[in-house]
Amino acid sequence: MISIDIEKKLKAYKGQHVLKIKTEFAAGSITKIYGPSGAGKTTLLKTIAGFLTPEHGKITADDVTWLDTAQNINLPPQQRRIGFVFQDYALFPNMTVLQYLEYATDDSVWIDRLLKIAKLETFKTHKPEYLSGGQQQRLAILRALAIKPKLLLMDEPFSALDPETKSALIADLKKIFAELKSTVLIVTHNAQELDGLTDLEFRIH
Amino acid sequence: MDLTPITLTLKLAAITTLLLLVVGLPLAWWLSRGRSFFKIIAEAIITIPLVLPPSVLGFYLLLAFSPQHGLGKWLHNAFDIQFVFSFKGLVLASVIYSMPFMIGPVKSALQQLPISLEHASYSLGKSKWQTFINVLLPNIKPSLLTATVLTFAHTLGEFGVVLMIGGNIPGVTRVASIAVYESVEQMDYTSANFYSLILFAITFVLVIGVFVFNKYRFKTPLE
Repeated sequence: MISIDIEKKLKAYKGQHVLKIKTEFAAGSITKIYGPSGAGKTTLLKTIAGFLTPEHGKITADDVTWLDTAQNINLPPQQRRIGFVFQDYALFPNMTVLQYLEYATDDSVWIDRLLKIAKLETFKTHKPEYLSGGQQQRLAILRALAIKPKLLLMDEPFSALDPETKSALIADLKKIFAELKSTVLIVTHNAQELDGLTDLEFRIH
Repeated sequence: MDLTPITLTLKLAAITTLLLLVVGLPLAWWLSRGRSFFKIIAEAIITIPLVLPPSVLGFYLLLAFSPQHGLGKWLHNAFDIQFVFSFKGLVLASVIYSMPFMIGPVKSALQQLPISLEHASYSLGKSKWQTFINVLLPNIKPSLLTATVLTFAHTLGEFGVVLMIGGNIPGVTRVASIAVYESVEQMDYTSANFYSLILFAITFVLVIGVFVFNKYRFKTPLE
């Protein structure tokens, strides 16, 4: 169970607006987060991950307080152990696909399985710049899964995939999410895109 | 011809560059993240040697580390360390004087890396130090190489600051640039030309090398 009650100022074209979120996400649930551009979807994910700090608020995960501004508690991202798929992929240009996954985990069996799911087995020695956009996006998803996260945050994770690859990947991801019992939050600008994967939805205005 | 000024210069440049790699890289990283008032002041102080006449910097270092008073006296009495007219003093002055050449390119390159790279590494449980070594530094190799070579080459060419704090003691503080000056003063143009030509050749090869290396080896989409 992830419980969130935060207030964070957002920079907007005309002045500022405040992102106010008070909600809970059940353990093991897969939730689609959608809303207009600039509403604060990415900010919400980054705040949960600990990359951004809200002005006020509290975040707890399974009774562990990650953030409590009133008590000056703010766990660093390293201690939250969240899988995060970045919108810009955030791939490390210096590492090959394999080095990249080995940086995240030393479980070689798990790495092989992830590579198979993403159809990247033959690209182990390739660096990101030699992968297509879709391959890069799949690699970004693999890295987040490599640490077997209990909470997975995905920011527009399927935007560069063709429909066929996307549906195959989504089918595999559903199995993995169930196996890891991960709570998953997926940000999308297209509410219909994740039909069949998510079981809940949360709209940010 | 006495090669001691050349070897002393190379030794000074190598030690200065190594020290600045150790001190300058973390400092550049710290400066590249956030813009607090304190950081602005720190960056301004680090940058001052770029525009300050070297003799002015050398003069104040001479005053600060003079064993007769203040900090210099305390260092001398407490630790038996004397910076004035010693090779240690040359190293100290060179580190301060060449610091902006190490920190500038590295800081600028780190700022150009997307912050999401750091965040991605943190999300994998990696510490700031692991992230710096495994993710950030390898992705700024061209700038790191440029900064290292510039620092080395700049230290080779120091004159005013090392003359002020180190003087002209053969085998101890008489580096090549001072040997050139002294040779000219003594109308010994052959020696002056010898030292000058060696300094010119070394810096020429270094600078050409870094340009060629960066062009053909480390070109990445982030550079």
